[in-house]
Amino acid sequence: MRSRIESLLENYAHTKRDSLIPILQQIQDDLGYLSEEAVVLVGKHLDMPTSQIYGLATFYNQFRFEPKGKYHVQVCHGTACHVLGAQPILALLEKMLKIKDGQTSRDGQFSLQVMSCIGACAQAPAISINGKFYGKLTQERLKDIIDELKQH
Amino acid sequence: MQLNIEVNGKEIQARRDETILTALLRNGIRVPTLCSIKGLSPNGACRICVVEVEGKAGLVPSCSHPVEEGMKIKTHSPRVVKARRTILELLLSNHPDDCLYCERNENCELQDLAVELNIRERRISGKKSKHRLDLSSPGVVRDPAKCILCGRCIRICDEVQGVSTLEFVNRGSKTVVGTAMNRDLNFSSCISCGQCVMVCPTGALHERSNLDDVLDALNNPHQKVVVQYGPSVSVSLAEEFGIKAGKDINGVINAALRKIGFSYIFDTTFGADVAILESAMELKKRIETNQFLPMFSSCCPAWIKYAEQFKPEVLPLISTCKSPQQIMGTIIKSFFAPAEGINPNEIYSVAIMPCVAKKFEAQREEMTQKAISDVDAVITTRELARLIRLYGIDIHSIEPQQPDSPLGMRSSAGKLFGTSGGATEGIFRTLHYYMTGKEMQQPKIADLRSNGAIKEIELKIGNKKLTAILVSGMGNIRPLLDSVAAGEVKAHFIEVMACPGGCVNGGGQPFGSSEKDVKARAKSIYEIDEVETIKVAHKNPMVTDMYERFLEAPGSDLSKKYLHTRYTKRDVLM
Ligand code: SF4
Ligand code: SF4
Ligand code: FES
Ligand code: FES
Repeated sequence: MRSRIESLLENYAHTKRDSLIPILQQIQDDLGYLSEEAVVLVGKHLDMPTSQIYGLATFYNQFRFEPKGKYHVQVCHGTACHVLGAQPILALLEKMLKIKDGQTSRDGQFSLQVMSCIGACAQAPAISINGKFYGKLTQERLKDIIDELKQH
Repeated sequence: MQLNIEVNGKEIQARRDETILTALLRNGIRVPTLCSIKGLSPNGACRICVVEVEGKAGLVPSCSHPVEEGMKIKTHSPRVVKARRTILELLLSNHPDDCLYCERNENCELQDLAVELNIRERRISGKKSKHRLDLSSPGVVRDPAKCILCGRCIRICDEVQGVSTLEFVNRGSKTVVGTAMNRDLNFSSCISCGQCVMVCPTGALHERSNLDDVLDALNNPHQKVVVQYGPSVSVSLAEEFGIKAGKDINGVINAALRKIGFSYIFDTTFGADVAILESAMELKKRIETNQFLPMFSSCCPAWIKYAEQFKPEVLPLISTCKSPQQIMGTIIKSFFAPAEGINPNEIYSVAIMPCVAKKFEAQREEMTQKAISDVDAVITTRELARLIRLYGIDIHSIEPQQPDSPLGMRSSAGKLFGTSGGATEGIFRTLHYYMTGKEMQQPKIADLRSNGAIKEIELKIGNKKLTAILVSGMGNIRPLLDSVAAGEVKAHFIEVMACPGGCVNGGGQPFGSSEKDVKARAKSIYEIDEVETIKVAHKNPMVTDMYERFLEAPGSDLSKKYLHTRYTKRDVLM
């Protein structure tokens, strides 16, 4: 993993701190998350303390610091979904998966991410699992979907 | 260039390029502040310092807004006061209501502001933020529930100390002050210097108190509690009791400690004298063999941790001599105890220090002999003040007393360790004797006494020219370390103290002291040096006696075994 991050950083050979966000984005695209190692290497590369990199990265919703699970669950918290009950959906997911936003379950099966509008407003409240949309969710349906995945 | 501005209907003079706040303060007009720190660039985050400026629609933050010719300012108009009150009420809306039990009770800027702005009820009530206490570090405790997000700690740690452990994490209502990857402080790059504790306006950052441990030991009939106090403590405690800043109350401290029930009262300055002998001998050898130069000082544990993390390449250059605190600890348990017929296991060894990092140092694994720690508990100057109050001792009316023999005897050279430049001065006095066999004609080295952040001095010993560099304030060292690691620095000795100005300005010192107070402490140390008869460490008769009976000579194999230590590279997120 180290060499992958290093070769990726070579593309940013003479850049300064203003390329931090693009660098982090590319690492996340590549590895799926920002590992501790990645944060340290980026810090060395840009001569920037890791606390500041972490601070900036957590300012944006898009970065995660744990690898995604086998099933990556994205919960919409956009306006439409919020109005139509995204909160109880999220609460149920947190309870069933025993993880919170940005976390991955210990067995590596599930990860959770809260999003702002995933572009399925007509289907609100909506979630997506590994890119597949599930709309007009009720508590019962959601429970079935997760239970089903847990069988695998 | 002078400007004329009008404040509250009165003409005052301001300087071009200064902020409204500095102009006001210079003219004796007080405006409350929270996020600004004297000497650092303003960040304008809290807005408690707002004032009304005629012709401007909104209120302006005085700490970051520059003065302009002819400005008409109101500092306490109803509109201004109302705005300040609202800001404060919002800060208080989710603040825990446990002032009575807070570390900063009666010493809290938030409390002071609530009094100043006459807040008498909770009108806005927000959801209390729930956060875990971070008790992982032996030095600094984080209590994020009490954080008002002023950002002072972040800036002092980054801009002044150059450590950059802390940063705002997350955003909006979830914002907290955190570390990289949200690690606990003990696993972060924090060097426990405590400077963030000194600037935090609330109880969100405070030292890890060891007072209860000390009380338990004092109440344990099977334990002999021995205490030592650092060279700068006696000139720093006065302020806690309303005595003039900088006054040396050495004797009073001895008397108070005896009343409290400590069995033996020793002065860490004895340990500093020993450190001088060991370091001077070590430096002499390095100069003779022209190896491992420049030699770095080793008395400051925050600096040691900094080097272990940020520049392990220089570790072989750091003097291997333990710090005065740890030397005392070792000598108490390995020499004093057997000589008095006391089992070292029965001794509980307490150190009173101006420092938070000393708490960290005492629990380093290198600082134990056969599973007995050299020093069992470290309390700060502030905790000493609490201890004295707890025992109902009236500092103003007790008669000064002497410390105990033999480890209470000191030279004024060791006392100098309390201030930036002092360790160098003490070491060079003895180095002169070691290298030439003669005493310096004038022991005072005035060049070492100005408090610059970084300073290079040439000193002559015999016909040899030596160079010393002084650094205080951890943030000033980075370029120097790079040059040293690259082999470009020709100096012989580099003294590093993490806190700006040295231990007199340590992270364990009284809260709310001004720059003037800190200078008064340093001045007091130099005055002690003027009047003391023994001005060089190698003439401390008790130190000589200790070597004769225990360690043979400075730099001997026995000294190396007991008084020297090693340093190890540390892996932390930097
Ligand atoms: S104790 Fe010093 S190094 Fe640690 S967080 Fe505070 S200012 Fe930074
Ligand atoms: S911990 Fe203290 S100094 Fe730091 S932001 Fe919070 S209130 Fe301010
Ligand atoms: S708000 Fe949820 S999909 Fe748009
Ligand atoms: S003190 Fe001026 S904005 Fe905080």
